[in-house]
Amino acid sequence: MLKTVLNSFHREAGARLVEYAGWEMPLFYSPGATEEHRIVRRSAGLFDVSHMGRFRIQGPGSEAFLDRMITSSVKALEPGESGYGILLKEDGGIIDDIFLYRTGNEDFTLVVNASNLNKDWDWLNHFAGEYDLALSDESSETSLFALQGPSVIPVLEKLTGLALDKEWARFAVMDLTLEDIPFMAGRTGYTGEDGVEIFVANNRALELWNVILKSFSEHCEISPCGLACRDSLRFEPGFPLYGHELNEEILPPEALLKWACDLKGDFIGKEAVQALLEKGLEKKLITLSLTEKGVPREGYEVLSVEGDVIGTVVSGLYAPTVDKYCANAFVPPAFTKPGTELQVSLRGRVKKAVVEKRPLYRPSYR
Amino acid sequence: MEIKYAKTHEWAAKEGDLYICGLSEYAQDKVGDVVFVELPEVGAEVEQGAPFGVIESVKAANDLYSPLSGEVAEVNSTLEDEPELVNSSPLKDGWICKIKCSDESFDSLMSADEYEAFLKEQED
Repeated sequence: MLKTVLNSFHREAGARLVEYAGWEMPLFYSPGATEEHRIVRRSAGLFDVSHMGRFRIQGPGSEAFLDRMITSSVKALEPGESGYGILLKEDGGIIDDIFLYRTGNEDFTLVVNASNLNKDWDWLNHFAGEYDLALSDESSETSLFALQGPSVIPVLEKLTGLALDKEWARFAVMDLTLEDIPFMAGRTGYTGEDGVEIFVANNRALELWNVILKSFSEHCEISPCGLACRDSLRFEPGFPLYGHELNEEILPPEALLKWACDLKGDFIGKEAVQALLEKGLEKKLITLSLTEKGVPREGYEVLSVEGDVIGTVVSGLYAPTVDKYCANAFVPPAFTKPGTELQVSLRGRVKKAVVEKRPLYRPSYR
Repeated sequence: MEIKYAKTHEWAAKEGDLYICGLSEYAQDKVGDVVFVELPEVGAEVEQGAPFGVIESVKAANDLYSPLSGEVAEVNSTLEDEPELVNSSPLKDGWICKIKCSDESFDSLMSADEYEAFLKEQED
């Protein structure tokens, strides 16, 4: 199993370790997943997400190349900005969802899901030859942390002496230093809270991790956080997770990601997306909650009130902030209106459910 | 009160003319935060080693196996609203149900020492 630079910390902290996309990663630490979720919502949490892939794209052809590969507009990104996008097959199926950092005019870093790293690498290389650029896999050169929660920016202001909240826009990138450790940070994240994602050289990563935990704990509540709460934190604001809400059989509009497709631009899969929009969707992502007791899980059938199978659960969990048992599922458009009554079959036991208004939790920075 | 254990990590102990059951300290720690408990039904016939409920943790649904053969006499309905009691008090407030059964069923379970040795074996 692959190990991040922080592995020794996770072990010593007594985290429950699990295999995730070939990596040994913390599922939760001593507070437990539900409490870690609440700590991020009320103060600050630190996640090791170094398992995620990072590709560097440099050279005069990089902008045109990425604009073709990614659904969102790369031209619209100024150096020092970042944005969300999707890689599509020609038929519009989703290869991966990504985050693109433009660090220079001809210099980009693409953050991809660990589970899709090899597939993305092959896909990008398949087209890269036509462009004047250099593509490299820098995944093992840096460590990646997510530092998330309402206390993050205020405490970083105290620690750096900078007026970050005013001068640092959402999705913008900054070079910062804490106790002489330099790192790059984006005001980004995937929890629905304000915060930053940090790229740091591997040889300073453990040191920076410990500096963050120690210096933050002098100003606010902070905990290391595992993958379990990362899932519930992304679920509540309605962020998709590859392998659940996204896969190669799903097109962006079905997963409510039309907003991430720049239909004025040109990208691989655009024709398929347009054709689907013209034809009309046959299935669409919803969030539902159970109105009877039980936990909906991935793979459970979603039924109409008449008892017809209309879809399948792709993610299901207890959502701590809204205190409900919730699921995401793809169903025909006729069943997507908030308030629509549905049912979910929990291993043969049919429970009542209702379509929720999305998002369950409005991101604090919006 | 003597507590005995099943290989499937449930415990049982005699309480009056019934046996009270729950999930072991070890198992609650292993599954992590419990977010829902599907309790057996009062009056249901249960069989030692057969599934009789579900513990839903943050990440997965885990079957609960009856540590005894008999009839469910009472369930801990507090768990419907406070499933976290299984984590915070697995041997006391987080009990799952009470079963009416013969003593033989109970005698076949592992003692606390035997269970500890069994866990050690499992870990190796």
